[in-house]
Amino acid sequence: MPVLEVRHVSKNFGAIRALTDVSFQVERGEVVGLMGDNGAGKSTIVKAVAGNFPPSDGEIVVDGKVCRFHQPVHARAEGIEVVYQDLALADNLTAAQNVFLGRELKKGFWPIRVLDKQAMIDRSAALFRELKSETRPRDLVKKMSGGQRQAVAIARTRLSNAKLVLMDEPTAAISVRQVAEVLELIRRLKAQGVGVILISHRMPDVFAVSDRIIVLRRGSKVADKEAGKTSPEEITGLITGAIRGD
Amino acid sequence: MATSVRESVEEVGRLPDFVAVKEQTPLQRMISSQSFWVTIALIALVILMTAMEPSFGTPANAANVTRNLAPFGIMALGMTVVIITGGIDLSVGSIMGLVAIVAGLFLTWHYPWYIAFAMGLFSGLACGAVNGFFVAYAGMPSFVVTLGMLSLARSLAVVFSANQMLYQFGPDAPIVKAIGQAKWPRHGPENWAPQWIPELSSQFWTMVILALIVGFVFNFTAWARHLFAIGGNEEAARLTGVPVNWIKFQAYVFSAFTASIASLLLLGYNGSAINAMGQGYELRVIAATVIGGASLMGGVGTAFGAVIGSAFLEVIRNALLMAGIDSNWQGAFVGAFIILAVLLGMQTGGKSILSASLAVLMPKKNR
Ligand SMILES: Nc1ncnc2c1ncn2[C@@H]1O[C@H](COP(=O)(O)OP(=O)(O)OP(=O)(O)O)[C@@H](O)[C@H]1O
Ligand SMILES: [Mg+2]
Repeated sequence: MPVLEVRHVSKNFGAIRALTDVSFQVERGEVVGLMGDNGAGKSTIVKAVAGNFPPSDGEIVVDGKVCRFHQPVHARAEGIEVVYQDLALADNLTAAQNVFLGRELKKGFWPIRVLDKQAMIDRSAALFRELKSETRPRDLVKKMSGGQRQAVAIARTRLSNAKLVLMDEPTAAISVRQVAEVLELIRRLKAQGVGVILISHRMPDVFAVSDRIIVLRRGSKVADKEAGKTSPEEITGLITGAIRGD
Repeated sequence: MATSVRESVEEVGRLPDFVAVKEQTPLQRMISSQSFWVTIALIALVILMTAMEPSFGTPANAANVTRNLAPFGIMALGMTVVIITGGIDLSVGSIMGLVAIVAGLFLTWHYPWYIAFAMGLFSGLACGAVNGFFVAYAGMPSFVVTLGMLSLARSLAVVFSANQMLYQFGPDAPIVKAIGQAKWPRHGPENWAPQWIPELSSQFWTMVILALIVGFVFNFTAWARHLFAIGGNEEAARLTGVPVNWIKFQAYVFSAFTASIASLLLLGYNGSAINAMGQGYELRVIAATVIGGASLMGGVGTAFGAVIGSAFLEVIRNALLMAGIDSNWQGAFVGAFIILAVLLGMQTGGKSILSASLAVLMPKKNR
């Protein structure tokens, strides 16, 4: 059974049609690369699956269960973790505070349940170390580099045992070494049986880890190919429209 | 933990692409905070006034000043919570008026004091709930909603009171007065406190206790984390599962709660209720909050700052009075300080003007 099944999903924003009848599946332990030009609808798919808004049409099936998410927490409860393109960080909080935002660790007994700050700092430090990122848990996100911010957003997805991880351009602002770490993380997730959707404009990254590559063009799926049976040239052609998809 | 931080710093030291940004020590963080400098200014002002004006540094005047600032400090705590979410509450002064009149009416109808206070508190919380509903759930700008409530609550207070002062408080009048006028510690032969200790008002102690509670909540609870996150990036808070609307709603109810408490204490202190109570207070409360370092952009604020900002404004007011300056100048000072405080907290090129000017005044050797 696929961990995620997107069935005939369309999404309109008023007059704008961001997605038209998109269907695809992600199996356990499968990495799917999602590519497309700016405005093709990649982030819209991520947001629909992550519960930011329900699709205008079609349905989203997680582990065989038809889900209609109205809030991101509902999707998270089903084991879906997301790295958003804009990272969704609060600048006035520290790295550790951002990692645990919305699911803070607490200690003590009711009615006085207080934050377990040390545990959150330690856990975030361990996650950053795992990502080989020089991000310090106590630093304010406001003062961080793009790569450090990205590490914070990625670290978040590691807090729970997710079934499906959606990464919307997780490698856009980071150094070569950190890109390698993120790709390594994706491989580890795959080995653990987690499904991954990777959105990226960087062709080599997508080819390095993906089992399958899906191309979106103007809101429609134009290709869904095994990574081994296609080439960067073909994908580029599909993205730009030089090659007509199916 | 200390070791793991050192480890990671050492590890990092070997990495060629590491951008060195020093982690701030608690001392540095304190020095770069606005409330710290306001505290310094306040202490300097108090020392100066004590030296220049013999009647300023007396225990009686200290009791006076601390009592006068308390209602503002109490409300500034509520205002801080709202301002942290990136909102504003212009209705606190009017809510005070309504609460005083509602409680006053029940007293004049000879209800027990606790019923009267509960009804006053209830009317205040209802105003806060209306504010919160329209801001959090209807998505309206807080400025508009609370401006409407400023007018609405004041008008209700005038109508309910039939524009009369209420003072015939029935059998529980002494209890009401005792609550508002209570002091601790007391002077006198049968009490332990020596003359040099000021007799601090119940209003002041209420503020202190409330500030400690709010300070605790700000530092140790997930609720406050969410509050700050909403002010920093509301969308991000929503995406990470923070119950944004519910928390914003609670912020306005809490602000109204503090206004209600301040109103009931003043009602007790005065022994009477007028519908004009709290008129124009919203400005001073917002000024105190902002002077204490809360940012009108949201995401920044402390309980200590709220109290110190209120204290600062009241000491200035008191000093002006003692210096014999026409009391009509107070508004000019309050206004000037609001502008100055916002200017200092303003971000230019990622740095606040305060920290930028500090950097000029005290250049750091090791950068
Ligand atoms: N909240 C919204 N309201 C209105 N239109 C939207 C909204 N979100 C997305 N769109 C529109 O939907 C289309 C698809 O946008 P989307 O963000 O999914 O593109 P994308 O493939 O992620 O592009 P990029 O590579 O630039 O991130 C665009 O035309 C965009 O303008
Ligand atoms: Mg996008």
